[in-house]
Amino acid sequence: MTAIDRRDAVRRLLLDRGDLIVVTGLGASTYDVAACGDSPLDFPLWGAMGGAAMVGLGVAIAQPSRRVLVVTGDGEMLMGIGSFATIAVERPPNLRIVVLDNERFGETGNQPTHTASGTDLAGVARACGIADVRTITAPDDLDRLRADLHGGSGPLVAVIKIAAEPEPKALPPRDGPYLAHRIRSALLGSAGALDD
Amino acid sequence: MSLEPIPWADAIHALFKEHRIALVSVVPDAGHQRLIELCQADPAIRTVTLTTEEEGVALAAGAYLGGIRSALLIQSSGVGNCINMLSLPRVCHLPFFTIVTMRGEWGEFNPWQVPMGGSTPAVLEASGVTVFRADVAGDVGPTVEGALQLAWQSRRRVAVLLSQRLLGAKRFAAAPR
Repeated sequence: MTAIDRRDAVRRLLLDRGDLIVVTGLGASTYDVAACGDSPLDFPLWGAMGGAAMVGLGVAIAQPSRRVLVVTGDGEMLMGIGSFATIAVERPPNLRIVVLDNERFGETGNQPTHTASGTDLAGVARACGIADVRTITAPDDLDRLRADLHGGSGPLVAVIKIAAEPEPKALPPRDGPYLAHRIRSALLGSAGALDD
Repeated sequence: MSLEPIPWADAIHALFKEHRIALVSVVPDAGHQRLIELCQADPAIRTVTLTTEEEGVALAAGAYLGGIRSALLIQSSGVGNCINMLSLPRVCHLPFFTIVTMRGEWGEFNPWQVPMGGSTPAVLEASGVTVFRADVAGDVGPTVEGALQLAWQSRRRVAVLLSQRLLGAKRFAAAPR
């Protein structure tokens, strides 16, 4: 079986993304999304490890008519693992979570994460009560996943098992006030972004 | 609703309405019980129960990015869980509002509550959060109102601590001797 290339997978999932909002977790997932091009509807986390899914839930609650995709890694998701339970209870129909699982803490020297020893993040999400959970191991399944990220009703969690080879860094902006103002302007308009 | 009105808690709920708080996230505490029930019963407020307090810091950030105001209700023992996540609203200059019920002070029965209760104000301040405190019922409304205003209008990170004396120390049955 061909191992899934993370950058290729993210590129395919974000193809013709329209007005999809994308929150990325600290680490390589942020670079994968940045490699597809910088968008005002992206909110990359450069810290706050473990917070990506909950930031996504917050945006999804505030913007019920838009779709929100969280793209994060296995290490980041493990740190916020309780978020699966909170999201299962809240059932946000417009939230999707993609976990790029290379079984490594990639930013810190490729140390194995818990998923390398058998922790199944998809199983955890399912056991927390999220109904639509998939594990993707073949590139051929990405097109179907893309369709369900952009259509259907969630919440949905997809764990994509990816090759462990790191990709070159692609860096999105990291100035916090800029990123916050930029996405608020895109969602609320330039006057709305300045409202408190 | 199981609890009788508690004037200061009902006043906080009224202020939430006035200040357009649309999302309240909680790790429950007995001291927050009445306010949580009021929020849960209010169709204009979505109440989210968290598995750990830092989830609420990230949730509040996302909600603000999407255009709604929120509040986090926790107890002092949960403040320590929030430290790293507080870097998110701090580095992005986002408003953040929390009400923290205090344990480990006046009349505390459980010594395990004392360390985090004692370090709560310092931890919040070191994390860039402005701290206000209400010790008596009459102070709660004005303190919360000023804190809400500071948080949203000046886009600051703000916490209101509700003292254990205000809430009443938790009563445990005396152990048989």
